[in-house]
Amino acid sequence: MLLKKLTEASGVSGNEKEVRDIIISEIKDYVDDLKVDKLGNVIAYKNGKSSSKIFMITAHMDEVGLIVTDIDDKGLIKFTTVGGIDKRILVSKPVLIGDSKIPGVIGSKPIHLQKKSEREKAIDIDSLYIDIGTDTKDETSKYVKIGDYVAFDSIYVEFGDNMIKAKALDNRVGCSLLVELIKEVKDISFYGVFTVMEEIGLRGAGPAAYYVDPDISIVLEGTLCFDVPKIDSHLIPTYINKGPAISLMDRTTIFNKALRERIVDIAIKNNIPYQYRKSSMGGNDSGRIHTTKEGSVTATISVPCRNIHSPTSVMSKKDYENTYKLLKAILKEYEKGEFTDGI
Amino acid sequence: MNTKEFLIKLCNSRSVSGHESDVVQLIESAFSKYSDSIKVDNLGNVIILKKGKNNISNSKAMIAGHMDEIGLVVKSIEENGFIKFTNIGGIDPRTILSQEVTVHGTKDLFGVIVSKPPHLQEESENEKALKMDELYIDLGYDNNTVKNYVNIGDIITINREIKELRGDRLAGKSLDDKAGIASMYECIKELSKIEHELDIYFVCTVQEEVGLRGATTSAYKINPDFGVAIDVGFASTPELPKKHTIDMGMGPGITIGGNIHPKLREKLVETAKEYNIPFQYEVAPGGIGTDANAMQITREGIPTLNLSIPLRYMHTSVEVVDMKDIKNTAKLLAFFIASITSDNLEGLLCY
Amino acid sequence: MEFNSKLLEELVKTYGPSGNETRICNYIKGQIENYVDEIIIDSLGNLIARKKGNGKKIMIAAHMDQIGLMVTDIDDNGFLRFTNIGGVSPLVSLHQHVIFENGVLGIIAKEPVEDISKLRLSNMYIDIGVKDKKEAESLVNIGDVCVYLPHYCENENTVFTSALDDRIGCYIAIEAIKAIENPINDLYFVFTAQEEVGTRGAKTSAYRIDPDICISIDVTGSGDTPKAKTFAVGLGKGTAIKVKDQSILTHPKLRNIMIEVAKNNNIPYQLEVLEYGGTDSGAVHLTKEGVPSGVISIPTRYVHSTTEMVSKNDVMNSLKLLIKLLEHNIEF
Repeated sequence: MLLKKLTEASGVSGNEKEVRDIIISEIKDYVDDLKVDKLGNVIAYKNGKSSSKIFMITAHMDEVGLIVTDIDDKGLIKFTTVGGIDKRILVSKPVLIGDSKIPGVIGSKPIHLQKKSEREKAIDIDSLYIDIGTDTKDETSKYVKIGDYVAFDSIYVEFGDNMIKAKALDNRVGCSLLVELIKEVKDISFYGVFTVMEEIGLRGAGPAAYYVDPDISIVLEGTLCFDVPKIDSHLIPTYINKGPAISLMDRTTIFNKALRERIVDIAIKNNIPYQYRKSSMGGNDSGRIHTTKEGSVTATISVPCRNIHSPTSVMSKKDYENTYKLLKAILKEYEKGEFTDGI
Repeated sequence: MNTKEFLIKLCNSRSVSGHESDVVQLIESAFSKYSDSIKVDNLGNVIILKKGKNNISNSKAMIAGHMDEIGLVVKSIEENGFIKFTNIGGIDPRTILSQEVTVHGTKDLFGVIVSKPPHLQEESENEKALKMDELYIDLGYDNNTVKNYVNIGDIITINREIKELRGDRLAGKSLDDKAGIASMYECIKELSKIEHELDIYFVCTVQEEVGLRGATTSAYKINPDFGVAIDVGFASTPELPKKHTIDMGMGPGITIGGNIHPKLREKLVETAKEYNIPFQYEVAPGGIGTDANAMQITREGIPTLNLSIPLRYMHTSVEVVDMKDIKNTAKLLAFFIASITSDNLEGLLCY
Repeated sequence: MEFNSKLLEELVKTYGPSGNETRICNYIKGQIENYVDEIIIDSLGNLIARKKGNGKKIMIAAHMDQIGLMVTDIDDNGFLRFTNIGGVSPLVSLHQHVIFENGVLGIIAKEPVEDISKLRLSNMYIDIGVKDKKEAESLVNIGDVCVYLPHYCENENTVFTSALDDRIGCYIAIEAIKAIENPINDLYFVFTAQEEVGTRGAKTSAYRIDPDICISIDVTGSGDTPKAKTFAVGLGKGTAIKVKDQSILTHPKLRNIMIEVAKNNNIPYQLEVLEYGGTDSGAVHLTKEGVPSGVISIPTRYVHSTTEMVSKNDVMNSLKLLIKLLEHNIEF
């Protein structure tokens, strides 16, 4: 299964190769042009019916993770975070290091030996380390180098009522949707772009947009979901099982109103549930895309993911299916030549 | 010119961000002997071109070191002739108390930075760090005289001549990143002795300290096949955690992380090993705080490397570097450049 | 030249928060279209008007967007929750009137908050006076944006109103467009979109125009109110020529040209060293190969409040400086 394959691959920002290779092998027979640019973005083009406007759909390939900064005399590995990770989730998690995926665990002082005051504080990253079972610097150095990327070790699990647990749902869910679209949709012109380094400052999207120079873009994402009970509804960014989340604004973009309304209309017309992403926090590749060159119009459609940026993100298959339906409906409108009119 | 003499002259000149023109002539006179052309662009970047040999594919590399330095600027002139000021670039106000300065008005004026004397302070006050707004510059003139010479917006520099320490170490202001410029100078000299195929654009960038601004526009203009930033990196001192530092005298730090092209970086490491040039690793997960950051995301994306010269006490007037590191950085860069040809470049850049 | 109160009043009363600039854009277009050679609106909503000339290609940027509040949620009783577009202060917003694009009015109120200094926008709501969600939804949708209800006042010397940031810049640009008859420079007046959320319109319009020089016209703060932080700019002391803010260090040559033009034309001016904030020139000067850029600032009190305040003399002096500068044969 594609989403399983994608989420279990390692693709920490700046080291997306494994994910990129999977995506290329999946789509290469379904596109008319395919290139990997100088930063590692995958830029695919499908030729077919087109409007006068250049249409691009993007998803970022990278995930948050860790990177090795030092190996100490006892062979323990020091690291720092890549992308936004709540340091409190790190302790006692298994990880995989480097291209050969050396297994390790993130250890810390046992609770018995901590003072009460210590226990009340979040553990600082400087006091965490990765243990791969070696005892000396020399031994560790046989397996691990400074600069090796570290991904969470977390397998894809289906559970509950149509739910999925995996790491890196942000944004392999977007990658999976885009791969499936590229494979299924025929005879429509669009660029499918898989970007690098979104999590460390939207670094890949600008250069990719500079190359494609789109008029209209849809950015696919896995987004914040925190739908626990007893919270005011305006503080809940998205809900599980309420369908694709359409962004209003975030720190990087005020999403084009006409395009957003068109997408909502299409959802309504096709009986696809949808919701707004209510939070204006966070940002995504759209920030770079819509301000590149002379500027363009963007929308973001996301699958809600609980516990985002952790090894145990959770999403609903129904949301995935509804997001996919919505994207297909949008492309159908595009094929009719109506989607981009007046935008 | 000897590289050390050039560096000392550079550091003893002023080039506060946005006002770098005073060092342009010095740079031109040093580099001109080894270069094919030198241009100053719209924002003031100095672009020094050294052409390659048989460069049929017209391949280009950009080497960026920033020539601007942090400084101060006049914010207001008070009734008693004291000057209030603010910073250009990151300055810790605690490091400039009781400092001698020059205010560059219609003529250069000597001044000292003052604050409330201890006798007038509450006992608890001397535990607190002073804010920029609590400091004044005393020029020794009354308000009218000051206004004759000084305007709001005039630049202020810290008075500090370079000191030569033991070993081959130098201490002074603006070694960040004039050490990088010196390294580029040493590199162009090395390159004049060996053959290289690529056209090399050495860019002395402006306004790095206020947001990598010069690199942004010069990288756009040059549109190189790859870029290398030479800047300074935090050298180890007792209070800094080891994983965030590199060591003095142990060669350039080679940066690893998303900002850096992985295969080019491997080639750089190979070159260092091949020529026995000492080097260290510096890990930076995201966009880094040097011109390499701006270069990488220019146009369709530019593969980028970053070399860090170890430097202690960054952004103070007693920054310390080791000439050995400057020379090793230059040597590594020169051999690296010489090792790149249009034949191997394409392979190095593909993913 | 007389102070055109009617124009300024209409400008501040025309709706146009960031990302929703259509109305203000159309209003300005109507004011200038008979005075320019070309006019276009780009995909981000920037209004770009050209007055042809043979000299330097100069971009003049004044942002037409204003800060606002975007509705993110409507509760069962019809109260609206919102997020900020641009820099909106909770304390300033409390109990203010707001207006939506379709004319729906509301007021901003808060949940009970014990410590008022801890007031956050997430604890506040907009009350549009409806009985339930259904009625609210017939008037307002999630994603709709409102602005402070404008209330224009003036006396002989001073204008008091919201949205002077940066309709006063638009005012100056419009008046300059009307006043300059035979431009020697090639002038691109850009009424930019989305400045308040990060100078986004300036970035893309500068890319399109690729100017030789840019001058932005925007408000700055003032340091002349009781116990204000040291800032040597005050109301009634002339136009302000920017030296620096967080987004730009004005090109020293261009700054000196501006000072020279002011001096030669007896225009009172102040030099502005601003320790925070930024404006369109910040984005423009980093475009492509770099664009030497400056800023004409209008000293303004209480920026981003419902009653911003400027001096008419400063406005007229800023206008005069802009016109003289644009009519100047700029050697660079």
